[in-house]
Amino acid sequence: MALLDVQNLCISFGGLRAVDDFEIHIEKGQLYGLIGPNGAGKTTVFNLLTGVYKPNEGIIRLDGTDITGKKTIEINKAGIARTFQNIRLFKGMSVLDNVKVGLHNHYQYSSLAGIFRTPSYRRVEKEMNERARELLEVFDLAGEADFLASNLPYGKQRKLEIARALATDPKLLLLDEPAAGMNPNETRELMDTIRLIRDRFDMTILLIEHDMKLVSGICEALSVLNFGRILAQGETGAVLNDPQVITAYLGE
Amino acid sequence: MKKMNPTTKYNMITYAVVIVAYILVAALGAAGHISSLMEGLLVPLCIYVILAVSLNLVVGILGELSLGHAGFMCVGAFAGSFFSMCTKEAMPGGLRFFLALVIGAVTAALFGILIGIPVLRLRGDYLAIVTLAFGEIIKNLMNVLYIGRDESGFHFSMKDSVALGLSPEGKTILNGPQGITGTPHDASFTIGVLLILLTLFIILNLIHSRDGRAIMAIRDNLIAAESVGIHVTRYKLMAFTLSASLAGVAGVLYAHNLSTLTALPKNFGYNMSIMILVFVVLGGIGNIRGSVISAVVLTLLPELLRGLSDYRMLIYAVVLIAMMLFNWSPKAVEFRERYSWKRLLHLPSGSGQSTGK
Repeated sequence: MALLDVQNLCISFGGLRAVDDFEIHIEKGQLYGLIGPNGAGKTTVFNLLTGVYKPNEGIIRLDGTDITGKKTIEINKAGIARTFQNIRLFKGMSVLDNVKVGLHNHYQYSSLAGIFRTPSYRRVEKEMNERARELLEVFDLAGEADFLASNLPYGKQRKLEIARALATDPKLLLLDEPAAGMNPNETRELMDTIRLIRDRFDMTILLIEHDMKLVSGICEALSVLNFGRILAQGETGAVLNDPQVITAYLGE
Repeated sequence: MKKMNPTTKYNMITYAVVIVAYILVAALGAAGHISSLMEGLLVPLCIYVILAVSLNLVVGILGELSLGHAGFMCVGAFAGSFFSMCTKEAMPGGLRFFLALVIGAVTAALFGILIGIPVLRLRGDYLAIVTLAFGEIIKNLMNVLYIGRDESGFHFSMKDSVALGLSPEGKTILNGPQGITGTPHDASFTIGVLLILLTLFIILNLIHSRDGRAIMAIRDNLIAAESVGIHVTRYKLMAFTLSASLAGVAGVLYAHNLSTLTALPKNFGYNMSIMILVFVVLGGIGNIRGSVISAVVLTLLPELLRGLSDYRMLIYAVVLIAMMLFNWSPKAVEFRERYSWKRLLHLPSGSGQSTGK
């Protein structure tokens, strides 16, 4: 059974059908790409999957559970985490604290324990710090743990956002244009990082990307969106050679 | 010595500043170097510090502009004072005042929840306007409320004291615009300072806990906070309610420092809320220690300048502007960093407090 199973997903804003009859099936462990021209509805699909928008029609199943129309918080708890096209970090907080916010629902102590710094507060905080540092190590950010998130260079901010998303321990990770604004070197490094996440965390990843090198380099399967509808879907090589896709998006 | 964690160090310095200031003032007082005018100012000073620190939780840590802080102080003041009036004969002073503080805090917290649930759906300017209105409503409500007590129990009215229908032995406790008269004078500078320390303890520890991080995450990016599973409404309400209840504590202190408690525009009106906001903004939004210092300086200043009579408010205004520039102007910030103590003494610079915006 597919980890993410979406059928007949539709949403309209006024008269505009932004996403129409969208469907996708992602197997566990798959690296899946969602591509298409600007305004095709890619980010809208992400917003539908994460509960920012409620679909007018359709059904979204994660690992067999119906999560259609649930709230963002519940969907995150069910196992979908995401990053954003325009980076959304907690800028006034340290790099470590950004990751610790991601760990919020997995490590608990009461508010009073926090105020009075009871032994349980100390123990859980220590565990959180260890776990957060482990995640930062993976992304080569451990050295900057005490920096303010806003003081990180751009590429590292993107990595921190991924680390924060992974901290919520998701089953499916959604990356919205992870390579936007990166130079070729940074992009290459990012490709390695994405592969690493998949292997190390046994993660299923769906990503939106315009950088065709990255897409053809790491994605195993693709969906192409155009004007809110699916233009082509399937194995990466086949989709990229589809004449329709070439006309609509890639260019001759 | 073991190297101290920077946040622990920051907290310790903040407590130390308060304690040292207290010892200094107490020593000066014992030696008879404090004028009676100054002495009368000590408890209000504590009240303003508690109000500024607690408002900073909403404005600086949660990042929402609330202009109803004086309203919560008003609720706390009347609830605490009312309790003290009812139990004046029945309880020893210390226990009674402690319970009055608890009751003031709880009542203000209840109002915080009640007002917070509808109001926290709004953001920015809209939230400011609605909290301002709620503050005024609370104040005006206190002016039309009559409560009396006789052998048969409590009597309520919103008309006048005659409408209470008390028996001849009955006593009016809350008498509309005349407020509550005869609240025992339980507040003292020492208790005020202890309450400041308690407020600082609660807020500083909260900020560096799981809940505090969730609250700051909401401030920094609401959408991202939701996407990592932070329950936004719950944490907004938590910060708002805690802030309200601490304002209630300040209110109880206020009520027990005066013999007559009335709800006037001067003490519980929007001007008061805005003054507290001025303390918070000038002390640095999100900077708890800054709130303490600016509340003290800005309360003392008008009194110290009293000798200058007409020029008093002029100088006060100039100081406000100067402080604002010193705190926020990019040029001033750059200057401060270049000539900071740490740099002049060649100490390694810190990575910055995560509480500051």
